[in-house]
Amino acid sequence: MLSNREELIQAGAIYQKALGAQKKKILVCAGTGCVAGGALEIYDELIRLIEKTGISCAVKLESEPHDDSVGIKKSGCHGFCEMGPLIRIEPQGWLYIKVKPEDCEQIVTESIVSERPVDRLVYKKNGETYSTQEEIPFYKKQTRLVLDHCGHIDATSINEYLAIGGYGAFQKALFDMSQDDIIKEIDQSNLRGRGGAGYPTGRKWTQVRRQQSPIKYIVCNGDEGDPGAFMDRSIMEGDPHRMLEGMMIAGLACGASEGYIYVRAEYPLAISRLEKAIEEARNYGLLGKAILGTDYDFTIKISKGAGAFVCGEGSALTASIEGKRGMPRVKPPRTVEQGLFARPTVLNNVETFANVPLIIQNGAQWYKAIGPEKSPGTKAFALTGNIENTGLIEVPMGTTLREVIFDIGGGMRDGAAFKAVQIGGPSGGCLTQEHLELPLDFDSLKKAGAMIGSGGLVVMDEHTCMVEVARFFMNFTQNESCGKCVPCREGTKRMREILEGIVSGQGKLEDIDMLLELADTITSTALCGLGKSAAFPVVSTIKYFRAEYEAHAVDKKCPSKVCQKLKRIYIDPELCRGCSKCARICPVNAIAGKIKEPFLINSGTCIKCGACIESCAFKAIKED
Amino acid sequence: MDEMINFKEIDEILEKYRYEPSSIIAILQDTQAKYRYLPKAAFGYLSAKLGLSTAKIYSVATFYENFSLEPKGKYVIKICDGTACHVRKSIPILEKLRQELKLSESKATTEDLLFTVETVSCLGACGLAPVLTVNDKVYPAMTPDKARELLAKLREEI
Repeated sequence: MLSNREELIQAGAIYQKALGAQKKKILVCAGTGCVAGGALEIYDELIRLIEKTGISCAVKLESEPHDDSVGIKKSGCHGFCEMGPLIRIEPQGWLYIKVKPEDCEQIVTESIVSERPVDRLVYKKNGETYSTQEEIPFYKKQTRLVLDHCGHIDATSINEYLAIGGYGAFQKALFDMSQDDIIKEIDQSNLRGRGGAGYPTGRKWTQVRRQQSPIKYIVCNGDEGDPGAFMDRSIMEGDPHRMLEGMMIAGLACGASEGYIYVRAEYPLAISRLEKAIEEARNYGLLGKAILGTDYDFTIKISKGAGAFVCGEGSALTASIEGKRGMPRVKPPRTVEQGLFARPTVLNNVETFANVPLIIQNGAQWYKAIGPEKSPGTKAFALTGNIENTGLIEVPMGTTLREVIFDIGGGMRDGAAFKAVQIGGPSGGCLTQEHLELPLDFDSLKKAGAMIGSGGLVVMDEHTCMVEVARFFMNFTQNESCGKCVPCREGTKRMREILEGIVSGQGKLEDIDMLLELADTITSTALCGLGKSAAFPVVSTIKYFRAEYEAHAVDKKCPSKVCQKLKRIYIDPELCRGCSKCARICPVNAIAGKIKEPFLINSGTCIKCGACIESCAFKAIKED
Repeated sequence: MDEMINFKEIDEILEKYRYEPSSIIAILQDTQAKYRYLPKAAFGYLSAKLGLSTAKIYSVATFYENFSLEPKGKYVIKICDGTACHVRKSIPILEKLRQELKLSESKATTEDLLFTVETVSCLGACGLAPVLTVNDKVYPAMTPDKARELLAKLREEI
């Protein structure tokens, strides 16, 4: 229990010294991805093997460590998920990829005992070998500020966070700054909300601070529902204290003494790491009553989502915390005036809060120097889809799409050609070849008709059908529509029907205009941000790939050969031996013929399920 | 399988949340964790204890995707159909599992209450796409064949 400022400073110094005493460290990535790949078995195996050698093994950062112990830690996501499970060896900075439990012995004997890298486990590309993490092109072009700790410290230990200066920003804000000072610093930094809309954080805090209410709330939006996004998950799992610290500073600045974190139930690991972090902070007296001997009280509770995408919307999220159906309401009053339990509420997302301690610690001027002036700082993106290096990255705002996809992402998989990238999830739009030089920041993207959203980047190659992608998103939005307002509830249903018609060969040319008209109506009349943006993927795919829509609707052809119903399946008479296997397997009896003579498919009956293609031993059944 | 519920267990859950009506979602989540679904009898009991109408609790239970009013299987298999998994072909995996277990979109749980197959929008494990989870354990880089093998392994465990 730390009861004053000096004790916090002292604790930091003690653990800093303890961490410095660990000459060797093994950081096992314990993000969701690597854990699924077996990282925890590797962690246990490493401990077992190190102890066998007689070297002492420090799984916890103690205030008085052995001088010669090897620190072994479960770190946050290193980001290079494609190559997981990942292990980093310090001080050398070696990064081992796709590690298996059977590799542990060699890691211990060579890298820990003999201090040599294990060549067969390091990253190799185009004949080059990259033994340290920093050399790998995937990392080289990144600027990791918010994700700085992920992969470098133990994600499950408050002591490690204190050792690297954690809670220093909170301490500075609590003792050296007034509420106005804190808000001014955030305001001048031009920090904009990382959740999607990019609203200036300083302005939001000012509005809440101004409200005359004895009770105010700080709410963290960890309901990262956009398919293809996992930045916030990685921060919650990998550096939970940074985010808590940001919330504590917000509470201090706005006069709130209660905080809530709303996390999706689909993120069990994030929830357990946050629970542990909150408990540790409480035990140290950093959360609770009279924090560090001051009159500041602050508590944080976790509210678990129950599987509703719409709860990422502010008023739906607060309704859900209150134990109601998560449906958005009409605004005004806005969340800053009447948010959670009808009290003034600061609602920011995970990444936004994680930026706060950095700004308080280093100052607004430092922050503004990163990226473009109007939207400074860095942004974390989740790179997924048909890209070589899937994973979590962080770059300065204003980095071009080309640098992200080709330099960091390593280009397309299997040498396919780049087609488009979906940015901002189901509320975003797609960007194409012509946008590759576009700087990624709030304003540039808005001009191009897309949005950063939370930061999901789903990269698509030439084999992706854009109409089918639009249908996929519309299906998602329609499933997740809460049903409160008519434009979203009915409009998205009609749009989905039309899109389903187009991809199944029932489309007409007029459908495209009808989609645009519906999109226009929904965008201008829906109640909440999700409804308003529901049609964006359709509008942007029509804008850039109209020819593809026309090919489906008019010529009944899918240029990317994706849409099942538009395929024509036929039997090549040259190759068919007339064995009748396909006819027997066909679920709708669409294939007939005489034994030992070429069979025929009745295209009117055929449902294009493709079962016959798989069954044919002579590869005589083809599709076009 | 009608209504074998132990009210003592529900009381413990209510105790944990101090009978706070605003914690209804958490209370329902804990109840579901015990029974793998929300038994009908729980609604009336919770309504009396929390002073919320049954209709209100029912409205919450039906709004959120995670709640089920039908018993679920011992193994709940969730196939991720988020964008990243979708473009890396998650649907054939879903189809394979449904075919193996004789399930469909409208019938998600097997007769013997062993398996439930459902889709989920995004598990956030996009780097490992396509993924599925079995009772929250993540299985990365799946294929229809690997899914079939997984089923066989789960059957052995029973």
